Amino acid sequence: MTTMTPSPTTGTPDPIDPATGTAVPQTHLPAYDDDAPPPLPRPGLGKPSPDERFALIGSWVAGAALAWLLTQRLLPLAGLPWFLISWFVVGLVVTGVTAGITGGMTEVKDRVAAGVITGAALVTGAALVSTVVFVTMRGWRAALNLNFYTSDMSGVGPKDNFDKGGILHAITGSGIELGIALLITLPLGIGTAVFMTEVGGKFATVVRTVVEAMTALPSIVAGLFIYTVLIVALGFPRSGLAASLAIAVMMLPIIARAADVVLRVVPGGLREASLALGSSRWRTVWHVVLPTARPGLATAVILGIARGVGETSPVLLTSGAAAFTVTGPTDGVMNSLPLFIYTNVRSGEPQAIARAFGAATVLLALVLVLFVVARLLARPRGNRPTLRARLAGALAPNRAAR
Amino acid sequence: MTGDRTDVLPSIGDQHASTTVIPAVPAVPAIPAAPSGPPVPTTASLEAERVSAWFGQRKVLDRVSLEMPAGRVTALIGPSGCGKSTFLRILNRMHELVPSAALAGEVRLDGQDIYAPERRLTDARKAIGMVFQKPNPFPAMSIQDNVLAGLRLTGTKIGKGEREGLVEESLVRAGLWLEVKDRLKQPGSALSGGQQQRLCIARSLAVRPRVLLMDEPCSALDPTSTRVVEETIQQIAADVTIVIVTHNMQQAHRVSHQCAFFLAAHGTPGVIVEHGPTDTIFDNPQDQRTSDYVNGRFG
Repeated sequence: MTTMTPSPTTGTPDPIDPATGTAVPQTHLPAYDDDAPPPLPRPGLGKPSPDERFALIGSWVAGAALAWLLTQRLLPLAGLPWFLISWFVVGLVVTGVTAGITGGMTEVKDRVAAGVITGAALVTGAALVSTVVFVTMRGWRAALNLNFYTSDMSGVGPKDNFDKGGILHAITGSGIELGIALLITLPLGIGTAVFMTEVGGKFATVVRTVVEAMTALPSIVAGLFIYTVLIVALGFPRSGLAASLAIAVMMLPIIARAADVVLRVVPGGLREASLALGSSRWRTVWHVVLPTARPGLATAVILGIARGVGETSPVLLTSGAAAFTVTGPTDGVMNSLPLFIYTNVRSGEPQAIARAFGAATVLLALVLVLFVVARLLARPRGNRPTLRARLAGALAPNRAAR
Repeated sequence: MTGDRTDVLPSIGDQHASTTVIPAVPAVPAIPAAPSGPPVPTTASLEAERVSAWFGQRKVLDRVSLEMPAGRVTALIGPSGCGKSTFLRILNRMHELVPSAALAGEVRLDGQDIYAPERRLTDARKAIGMVFQKPNPFPAMSIQDNVLAGLRLTGTKIGKGEREGLVEESLVRAGLWLEVKDRLKQPGSALSGGQQQRLCIARSLAVRPRVLLMDEPCSALDPTSTRVVEETIQQIAADVTIVIVTHNMQQAHRVSHQCAFFLAAHGTPGVIVEHGPTDTIFDNPQDQRTSDYVNGRFG
C-alpha cells in the first residue's frame, strides 16, 4: 500500500506511518458540509405523496363509474348491493393497475392490501353503526317524549299514543336486578380470580376449567336453573331477586375469567417486593395486586355488566313482566329493559313495537354510559387530571379560535 | 473473621455428615418482638450455618456457612448459577416462595434462628429487607405511598406528622430526597430506572430493617445511577448490615468490607470457595480459583 486509504465515512485519509508504510488506525470526527442540500425524507410505503393520493382517489372514482356502467347498464345486476360489490372489486383492480404504472410489484401489493383491509374495516364499522342507527330510527319517536322516562305502562294499552306510558318500570327493574347481581358477582368473581392466581394449586386448575366452561353456558340454562331451584323447588314467587340470581349466574364466569387474566399479568416482582417488606399474602393482594390491576378489573366488571344488562332468557323465566313500577326485589313480578323489548316487539301493534325500539335505544345508551363510567374509573389514580382541568383543556382550543 | 486471612472451606468430599431437610429445627427461646413503629433499631449480625438448598430433586447449595457481621457490607460474588441469589433469598425466607424449594441448616439473626417454628415469617422479612435486581416500585402508588408501603403492608400505624418525617428520612438515606421532594404525590413509576431503584431502597429502609439484602441492585442501571446507588450503600452501611450479590468485581471491591466467593462446579451444588476481607480476597486469595475469578480469568 503506497497510497493513503480514504475513510469511507468522512473522506479524511488515515495517516501513514512512515516507518512501516501502513495506515495508522485512528478515530474519526464527523465532518458536515454546510453547503449540501437539506435532507429530504425518502418516499416510502404508507407515506403517500400528493401524486399518489390523487391516483388513489382517482382509482376509486374510476372504479365507481365502471361498476355503475357494468351493473346498471351492461349486466342484469341492478340494485345497490351488486353495485357496492362490483365497485369494491373493480376499484381494487383499478388501484392495482394505477399503482403498477408508477411503481413496482411492492406498490401494487401495498395498494391492493390496503384496499382490502380498508374495505373489511368499513364493512365491520357499517355493521356496528347500522345496528345503532336502525334501532334509533325506529325508536326515536317513542323515546323523544319525556313521559317515556317518567311513567310506567300501568293503565296504558298497546295502541295508546306515545304521550301516554313509558319505560320507567323497566329501567328501575333493570337497575335493581343488575345492582343485586353486581353485589353478588363483584366480590365472588374477583375472589374467584384471586383464588385462581394467588393461591393456585391443583384445585385452582379445576376451578379455572369450570369457570371457562361456564362462560359458554347458554343463558336459558341459567334461567332454568334458578327457575327450578328457587321457584319450583323452594316455592318462591317470580321476582326481581330470582332474576338477579339468574343474571348473576351469567355474569360470574365472565367477571372471574376476565379478572383472572388481568391478575395474571401483574408482575411477580411486585408480589415479591411486597412479601419481602414483611407483608402477609392477604395484604399483598389487597394493597398491591388489586390496586395494580384496577383498570383491568374495572373492564372485567363492565364486561360482566354488559353481558348481564342485555340477558333476556334468564329474566324471561324468573321475573315475570309487570306493567307497573316495582321496587322491592322480593315483591313479585318485575319488568326489565330486555324483557320489555321482547314482550312489546312480539305484540304486533306498531305503537308497541316502536316503544320496544325506544327502549332498545335507551338500553344502548345505558351500556354506552356504563362503558364511559368504567373507563373514567379505570384511570390510574396518580395522574388523573381533575374534572376542571380537563374541561379547561377541552375549552382551550375554542377560546383560541375566538 | 480471622484477621487478614481468608478462610478456605474444606472440599465437599471429606464431609459425609448427613444434612437433613428441616422439619425439626432446634427450639430457640422466643425472640422479643421486633420494635414496632419507628424506633431506630441497632444493626444485627447475620449468620448462616450449614445451609443446603434444593429445588425439587436438584441440590443447589451444599452446607454453606457464612458470617455477615453487623454494620458491614458483605458481597457475594461468583459466576451465574452458583447459588448466590438462592443463598441471599434464603437469608430472608424468600426461598420458600418457590413451591418445590427445600432447605436445611440455620440462619441466625443476632443468634436467633429465623427459621425456628415459633418465629413468624413476616417478622423475619420485616427485620431483613430486600432490594431486587429490577426496580419494582408499586405502580399504583405515589412516591410517598411507595416509601410508606412497608408500613401499610405490615399493618404498622404511625401518626401523620411522623409519617412525613419518615418519608423524608428514608428518602434522604436512600439519596433520593433532593430529586423528588417537590413531587412526592407523583406515581413512582414516572421516575428513571436509577431513581426507581433508590425509591425501592427507601421503601425497604422505611420499615427499619436491621439487615438489607441486595440482589444485583445495579445490574439494570447505567453507570451514573450505579455510582449513586453505591454511595447510598456506603452511607447506610453504618446503620444497616448489608449483603449484596453482584457480578461486578469493581463494585464488590468498592462497596464491600468482606467478600464470599461462590462456585458451583459442573453439575454439583454451589459452595463457598473462599471468604474474607475484600482486599485480601482481591489481592491475596488462597485458592487458585478465587484468584482466577477475581482477575477475570474465568466465569
